[in-house]
Amino acid sequence: MGRTLIQKLWDAHTVADLGDDATLLYMDRVFLHERTGSVSLKGLEAAGRKVRNPEQVFCTMDHIVDTLPGRGDDTIMPSGKNFITTTRDAAKAAGIKLFDIGDDRQGIVHVVSAEQGITLPGLTQVCPDSHTCTLGALGALAWGIGSTEGEHALATKTLAVNKPKSMRVSFDGELGFGVTAKDMILHLIGEYTAAGGVGHAIEFTGSAIRALPQENRFTVCNMAIEFAAFTGVIPPDDTTIEYVRGRPYAPTGETWDAAVAYWQTLKADEDATYDKDIAIDCGDIIPKITWGTSPGHTSQIDGTVPDPSEAPDANAKTSWERALEYMNLKPGQPIEGVPIDAAFIGSCTNSRLSDLREVVKVVKGHRVAEGVKAIVVPGSSQVKLAAEAEGIDQALVDAGFEWRESGCSMCFYAGGESFGEQERVVSSTNRNFENRQGPRTRTHLASPTSVAASAIAGKIADVRKLG
Amino acid sequence: MTLTMRKFTTLSSVAAPIMRVNIDTDAIIPSREMKGVTKDGLSVGMFANWRYTNVDARVENPDFILNKAPFRDAEILLSGENFGCGSSREHAVWALKEWGIRCVIAPSFGTIFYGNCVRNGILPIVLSEDNVKAFAVVAERGANGTLFTVDLLAQTVTSPEGGAHAFYIAPADKEMLVEGLDPIGLTLKQDDAILAFREKDMAQRPWVYL
Repeated sequence: MGRTLIQKLWDAHTVADLGDDATLLYMDRVFLHERTGSVSLKGLEAAGRKVRNPEQVFCTMDHIVDTLPGRGDDTIMPSGKNFITTTRDAAKAAGIKLFDIGDDRQGIVHVVSAEQGITLPGLTQVCPDSHTCTLGALGALAWGIGSTEGEHALATKTLAVNKPKSMRVSFDGELGFGVTAKDMILHLIGEYTAAGGVGHAIEFTGSAIRALPQENRFTVCNMAIEFAAFTGVIPPDDTTIEYVRGRPYAPTGETWDAAVAYWQTLKADEDATYDKDIAIDCGDIIPKITWGTSPGHTSQIDGTVPDPSEAPDANAKTSWERALEYMNLKPGQPIEGVPIDAAFIGSCTNSRLSDLREVVKVVKGHRVAEGVKAIVVPGSSQVKLAAEAEGIDQALVDAGFEWRESGCSMCFYAGGESFGEQERVVSSTNRNFENRQGPRTRTHLASPTSVAASAIAGKIADVRKLG
Repeated sequence: MTLTMRKFTTLSSVAAPIMRVNIDTDAIIPSREMKGVTKDGLSVGMFANWRYTNVDARVENPDFILNKAPFRDAEILLSGENFGCGSSREHAVWALKEWGIRCVIAPSFGTIFYGNCVRNGILPIVLSEDNVKAFAVVAERGANGTLFTVDLLAQTVTSPEGGAHAFYIAPADKEMLVEGLDPIGLTLKQDDAILAFREKDMAQRPWVYL
């Protein structure tokens, strides 16, 4: 029987079969950030252990560092400086490469790792951050772990992993006007719930995936974790290979040729079978927006807030009721037109150059509505520089957006900056959990262009109507 | 090899039901409660947004189950599907552990959270939703004597109303919990295999090695 892509990646990294579906897997890359990586490095040091092969370990500052202009080690988050200086010292002592504040390669870990060519097709990579699955879009087996597993990967170059079940999600058909990669993944989670991928590793396939530019593929894989999946992977193709070519840590010369020949073998065999198969016709997808407090609480933009009395089961009913109370929405209310207080464009989901280019197209000739706080945070310092070279920053500032330094920023509230109590935010991020972006803050997840359209309208808006 | 974990064999405790689905790690430990580069001192921030009516002043919400007797002393949590989804923050597990939770029973778990539990001496048990809901009903009647008994060696949970319910756990995870072993030490026993893999792999995939 043929093998899935995940199986091929698994086999290529198997150091030892531990029995009972557990495998000792070789870890090609470990990436750390100052929020949880600092704990891993300190834990390792306390146990008297060393980082094995530090040349394959990287670190960046993204979670705690401020994104306001003129930033340094001091942070708005109380005690944030301690995370930054501890990480810097620990990275130096361990001999690992750190993209520090002020380095033009600094940025959000999963954006930087791809951008620098640190993640390559066919690699295994872990990071103590759940959105590491983003990098599956390059055909790498990449997933988030805890800090203790981080210590294990650093000390041994391996992880003992229970093998997940397999799932294939095929996106076929063409995306309609105004529909983006973000809408594809929100559609999947909305249709199959936020627990729909529990215990599975996903291969995203189909003509609509193949048609996506590489940067948009990251958006799809990024939210595999919001589907509760172990990770999500896209088979590498010419689009992937062209994306990787010439990046700072990518191979060159004959090694490049050998690598490409190998990468071209990284796809499922035709007779491979999966534990679960899902097929989605992209022609059915309308721009999406979340109405509740789980990424599965998703509606189409021309839809209405659902009625808990029509929930499919008792769990959903309770969850919907609680979400509507938190979000201050009424059953049957149209989602379009709900007034907003803020708009946020950024995060490892949607903050790459192509996202910002699309946003500029939407905002051109418009202004952010009065009273709406609108913020754009580029995913990396490289994205920021490239955007500024094209005048994207100026176009956004002229339209009334704030333009920031790179980092995770207000994707989550760590005690520093936040949106206000009970403020309503349309956000290009990945989590609409209670209190995620601030105490009692109400988050609606959407594509960056939908966020931009909403910022201009001052209310949740259908990007297709802005033209 | 160092012993880093309390061993888990059996446990008898009241169980506290928090029967929501998709309880995320942001809810278990809000990011703002992770104030230091440390694994300690996190329990005061556990479920902070639910547990307190005023988070800053730490004013307890009397309606939150872990603020009520006898559930305040519960070492077992019961919950809905996909418990511990979201962020990878191990602080969620460190907070639960410091508070005294030693076992969580749910129909499914976030994968990263599950792994973090096993590495910190907390036993995550997957049982059917009907089963967990039935437990919750019994637990809520919750007199002090309403003890659930978990036997990891036998892989059973016994409800106070009787009847042992079997659960599955991967043998390696079970061993880690029962023996309290340090997984890094265990893996390094296979160092010859790791080094051999690396040598062979360097020839096959030279581009991987920076």
